[in-house]
Amino acid sequence: MSIFRTMMTGVAAAAMFAGGAQAADVRIAMVVKALGNGFFEAAGKGAEEAAAELGDVEIIYVGPTAPTAEGQIEMINSLIAQQVDGIVISANDQDALVPALKKAMQRGIKVVSFDSGVAKDGRNLHLAPSSDALIGQTIIKLAADHLPDGGKVAVLSGTSTATNQNSWIAEMNKVMGDYPNIEVVATVYGDDLSDKSYREAQGLMQSYPDLDAIIAPTSVGVVAAAQAVADAGKIGEINVTGLGLPSEMAGAIDSGASKSFAIWNPIDLGYSATMLVHELIEGAEAAPGAEIQMGRMGAITLDDNNEAAMSEPFTYDASNIDEFKSVF
Amino acid sequence: MIVTRFLASREAILLGALVALLALIAIRFPAFVAPANLLRVFNDTSLLIILTLGQMVVILTRCIDLSVAANLALTGMACALLNVAMPGVPVVVIVAFAVALGAFLGAINGVLVWKLDIPPIVVTLGTMTIYRGTIFLMSGGTWVNSHEMTVAFRALPRATFLGVSMLTWIAVVVIALVALVLTRTPLGRAFYAVGGNPNAAVYTGIDVGRTQFWAFTLAGALAGLAGYLWIARYAVAYVDIASGFELDVVAACVIGGIAISGGIGSVGGAVLGALFLGVIKNALPVVDISPFWQLAISGAAIVIAVALNTRANRTRGRVILKSAEHVT
Repeated sequence: MSIFRTMMTGVAAAAMFAGGAQAADVRIAMVVKALGNGFFEAAGKGAEEAAAELGDVEIIYVGPTAPTAEGQIEMINSLIAQQVDGIVISANDQDALVPALKKAMQRGIKVVSFDSGVAKDGRNLHLAPSSDALIGQTIIKLAADHLPDGGKVAVLSGTSTATNQNSWIAEMNKVMGDYPNIEVVATVYGDDLSDKSYREAQGLMQSYPDLDAIIAPTSVGVVAAAQAVADAGKIGEINVTGLGLPSEMAGAIDSGASKSFAIWNPIDLGYSATMLVHELIEGAEAAPGAEIQMGRMGAITLDDNNEAAMSEPFTYDASNIDEFKSVF
Repeated sequence: MIVTRFLASREAILLGALVALLALIAIRFPAFVAPANLLRVFNDTSLLIILTLGQMVVILTRCIDLSVAANLALTGMACALLNVAMPGVPVVVIVAFAVALGAFLGAINGVLVWKLDIPPIVVTLGTMTIYRGTIFLMSGGTWVNSHEMTVAFRALPRATFLGVSMLTWIAVVVIALVALVLTRTPLGRAFYAVGGNPNAAVYTGIDVGRTQFWAFTLAGALAGLAGYLWIARYAVAYVDIASGFELDVVAACVIGGIAISGGIGSVGGAVLGALFLGVIKNALPVVDISPFWQLAISGAAIVIAVALNTRANRTRGRVILKSAEHVT
């Protein structure tokens, strides 16, 4: 799952921004996997946005310099000593953090995990960026939006055994009934290798000369497919879309090989997680079936494991790529 | 006489197999054997050819270089970072830098094998990991994306001369140069001599370790060149680029009839071996075979080719002293 890995591997340059009102009533700590990672810096921006909206909240943004569970446990213990009101965390290890976070919850600190979850005992609720169903619906919608008259699309996945991609594609196939004019002609596997993905994309163009779109729900595949389409001189004929990071896809958007693609928005994620923990501090109950508000992002309904998905992935295109390509 | 010798040679057998393979593919997908497509396949295989020629020289001296793909990735990442840091540096300088850095990395292998007498497979297994780790250190684990590279940097492999891409031309030049070195220079003869019979080579005044050092350096230089070309072609650089590609390179050598025990092999064989793999890789996506079978098929092709090779390679035993049996 290379999208994930790319997001998580951050440079170990320490960057710490704590701000907000000095005499804040509520202090919320955001514990990230590692400092210096663009994805989490963006999530931190979202948290600041939520704090500004709420008014009485101070955000403490912390994280270890290397993405380890040990580093995060130290942070949590120090935050307990500082008597913060809430912790928002993306965990480096879903089990190792449980004892420390349990201690925090016993002291009345509300804990929300986001992005990378903590096991059920160690948090009040978990906010996943998206769900398999939402991702599956998004990837076909991305292709269909640019094919008003219908057409042929092909899927370029990662490895044939990748659990996440396979479940996204399965969810996509479930909603194909909503797109009667769109035909999925093939599913091929680029194994998350740029050369194989490139070759598979070339093969698709040869096998289906009237192909209209390639959907690649993998960050390596979508970049390679866009390059293959550009090299074949088929920009404008074939739209490459799927899941990718703005920094990696900026070239493809510029060249026109890709009209749009999607990935979860880290700013929204940080914003929503902060809003949720604030709701909990204000007295909301995190229980299965509970509906909790998260400001401009609407509301979530918790499932049996006190988990919920934030929203469908955020769509990036020529209008917003410049804003996000330097973020993550 | 010359014709019959050629027909019995390994190259002829391999050429026959390649033509048969193309015929087989043409049955299912006729467009594959169109001249333009064959040129595209050659272009796609160029990187494999360049690396295979380097590996061949190393194998000729009874060594093996498992670090070629890591060398490629490290050099490629260095070129990409250089391009990002100093966009003004002309591409010619970057290519020279790539060859020099690749040669240096290859020379490290060579020195370890030559001066410390460590088995090549151990040395290169170690340097393979070291080089991959170094890429992580250099890049901090982040990607260098197409929009960060300059247009000239990405354009070289795609530029065409007489209707053929520069990538193909570079491969042709490399083939010619390696053929020249192997057949027309003392060093070329030394490669064969060292692998064919190291003891005899010493008696003829050839320094075995030194010759192996030059073989590694040459392979490194070619891997470095391929590193730049790879990054420019796929327009993305990250830690895992070309991971596992060293096995393709060794497989191409083996298919091409280069004896792992050293001393036997030709440029023609190596090129045909690489093309054989390249045709399979490019054909599998278009002949509509389930991706679950593709790996098994390309593996089977390798095993069959090697089996045929070893059969053809086996020299008949000769009875030297017929009378000896009857003496007692």
